[in-house]
Amino acid sequence: MTDLPHNSERTAPAKTSRLSAFLNSDLAWSYRHSPVTIIASIVAATLILMAAAAPWIAPYNPFNPATLNLMDGFTPPNSKSMSGNYFLLGSDSQGRDVLSTIMYGSRVSLFVGISATLLAMVMGVGLGLVAGYAGGLADTIIMRVADVQLSFPAILIALLVFGIARGLIPPNQQEGAAVWVLIIAIGLANWAQFARTVRGATMVERQKDYVAAARILGVNPFLILLRHVLPNVMGPVLVIGTIGLALAIIEEATLSYLGVGVPPTQPSLGTLIRIGQQFLFSGEWWILFFPAITLVALALSVNLLGDWLRDALNPRLR
Amino acid sequence: MLTFILRRLLQSIVVMLVVAFVAFLIFRFVGDPVSSMLGQDSTMADHEQLRERLGLNDPFYLQFFRFVANALQGEFGISYRLQQPVTQLILERLPATIELAFASATIALVFGIVLGIYTALRPRSLETAVVMTVSLVGVSLPTFLIGIGLIYVFAVELKMLPSFGRGEVVNLGWWRTGLLTQSGLRSLILPAITLSLFQLTLIMRLVRAEMLEVLRTDYIRFARARGLSKRAINFGHALRNTLVPVITIAGLQLGSVIAFAIITETVFQWPGVGSLFVNSVQVVDVPVMAAYLVFVALVFVVINLIVDILYFLVDPRLRDGAKSGR
Repeated sequence: MTDLPHNSERTAPAKTSRLSAFLNSDLAWSYRHSPVTIIASIVAATLILMAAAAPWIAPYNPFNPATLNLMDGFTPPNSKSMSGNYFLLGSDSQGRDVLSTIMYGSRVSLFVGISATLLAMVMGVGLGLVAGYAGGLADTIIMRVADVQLSFPAILIALLVFGIARGLIPPNQQEGAAVWVLIIAIGLANWAQFARTVRGATMVERQKDYVAAARILGVNPFLILLRHVLPNVMGPVLVIGTIGLALAIIEEATLSYLGVGVPPTQPSLGTLIRIGQQFLFSGEWWILFFPAITLVALALSVNLLGDWLRDALNPRLR
Repeated sequence: MLTFILRRLLQSIVVMLVVAFVAFLIFRFVGDPVSSMLGQDSTMADHEQLRERLGLNDPFYLQFFRFVANALQGEFGISYRLQQPVTQLILERLPATIELAFASATIALVFGIVLGIYTALRPRSLETAVVMTVSLVGVSLPTFLIGIGLIYVFAVELKMLPSFGRGEVVNLGWWRTGLLTQSGLRSLILPAITLSLFQLTLIMRLVRAEMLEVLRTDYIRFARARGLSKRAINFGHALRNTLVPVITIAGLQLGSVIAFAIITETVFQWPGVGSLFVNSVQVVDVPVMAAYLVFVALVFVVINLIVDILYFLVDPRLRDGAKSGR
């Protein structure tokens, strides 16, 4: 191991800080040597920052009716409207700045995507740990449910959960609850992948000596799972989580595009694309084009990061 | 083989019962069927009368039993939104979805297998690199964006193909087909391509990987040593042995095609079962949602069964294995 070039520095200085240890790790090495990953991470970071800082850096507030001016409607990109406002990416039918709606829209998309993936992760990892560690009946039930669910497309499950939730929530609260319903629907549609992987990894870890030692010491099984097994199965979970985030963003966009996602008062990238499609035939291409490009860039860059993470954490795959 | 199929059949029935139970729970507990069927200005007595007539006061197991019995007769109640029997609604729209699904499956199979063989036989050519890169991009694009992109190029810019609807249809008894008119066929092209792209890439990559694997085996080398023609080796020996996984994936994918048709049908305003389902979810039309769930599960189960039976026809090793009592 020590004769590999990227490890030579790690062994040399005695007082390596945590930062330099990280910079010299295999992960950082494979990152520096993959130009595609570097570009993907820059794109993803830019888009995420843009979304997070939208209220402060967006040129307009597209959802404040007081500042909207119908005279600004359908301004082409990089030009001034009749009322003298400048729009870098053009404006839509109501005179909303496309750049600003994209910033606010990616905010919704990312919030839903990240929350849904976290939900799926917590659920899947928890059930996977229990299934893999306990075995027996719990294992059979959890994995059967996961198998059945995995054989259906996630978008179908999400649609069903969404419809059921809509039926259970009283109509006057539906608009406020829409984002949370969406998160639950996408989260429930994606947990099985985590559960399956974590279960497999847990079954391997369970056989190892350190778990046996902890058990002999009389450690509470839940503590064993959380403190000892969980850290050792986190690698694949991170990989699935990253790729799952890309999937969740696309699923959210698809649901919103189908008109069953977030309410129009709080549009995500999918909603913007749905709106933009109406103007495809009349020549206002920018209303559709820029949100679509943003969605593709976001999903693709996160996906590429996931692919890189998978290869970097598990060299045997390549 | 018979015991194998019987066992599979039994498993399928269990799966269908579980799905029916979930559908029943949705049907029974999501929303209130009584208030959805009666108007705002109905009395409590009306409610109670309807509850009794619908059997909602009966014990739980009896209600489930009745649900299954009705479902077996193709009876799923009345759509809240359209006030028509759900089964009739689905049957009316089924031909559109089936024609779309089969057109896209055909495109995916033909182009997937041809491109897969081509890229496997010429692994280092420029065309292979192009095809593989394009396929990677195609997989990571959301289905609805591909549809919109196709509409933009072929309907808006080139004005070659219609962008929505099914075109003119011809009535063949209860089956309304769009395959017999020119406008129907032209309307089918863009949705079918949109729906097929994901499957096409999957099949292509699979055929390519399997072919590369098989071409390295000893019997192919032996066939070459015997001086068989390239065509006989590639298609008679190699391709045949790649077919088992291809059938599995293509078959199982046919089920998800029906489900993915939801998106394509919405993009192209295709009057099929998928767009019916989306509209039902939007307004929480519970009977249609429950019926669609059972319908999709049935499609999945039937396709799984057919795929299992096809294995036996394609791979003689499985037949022998089954005979010796695996």
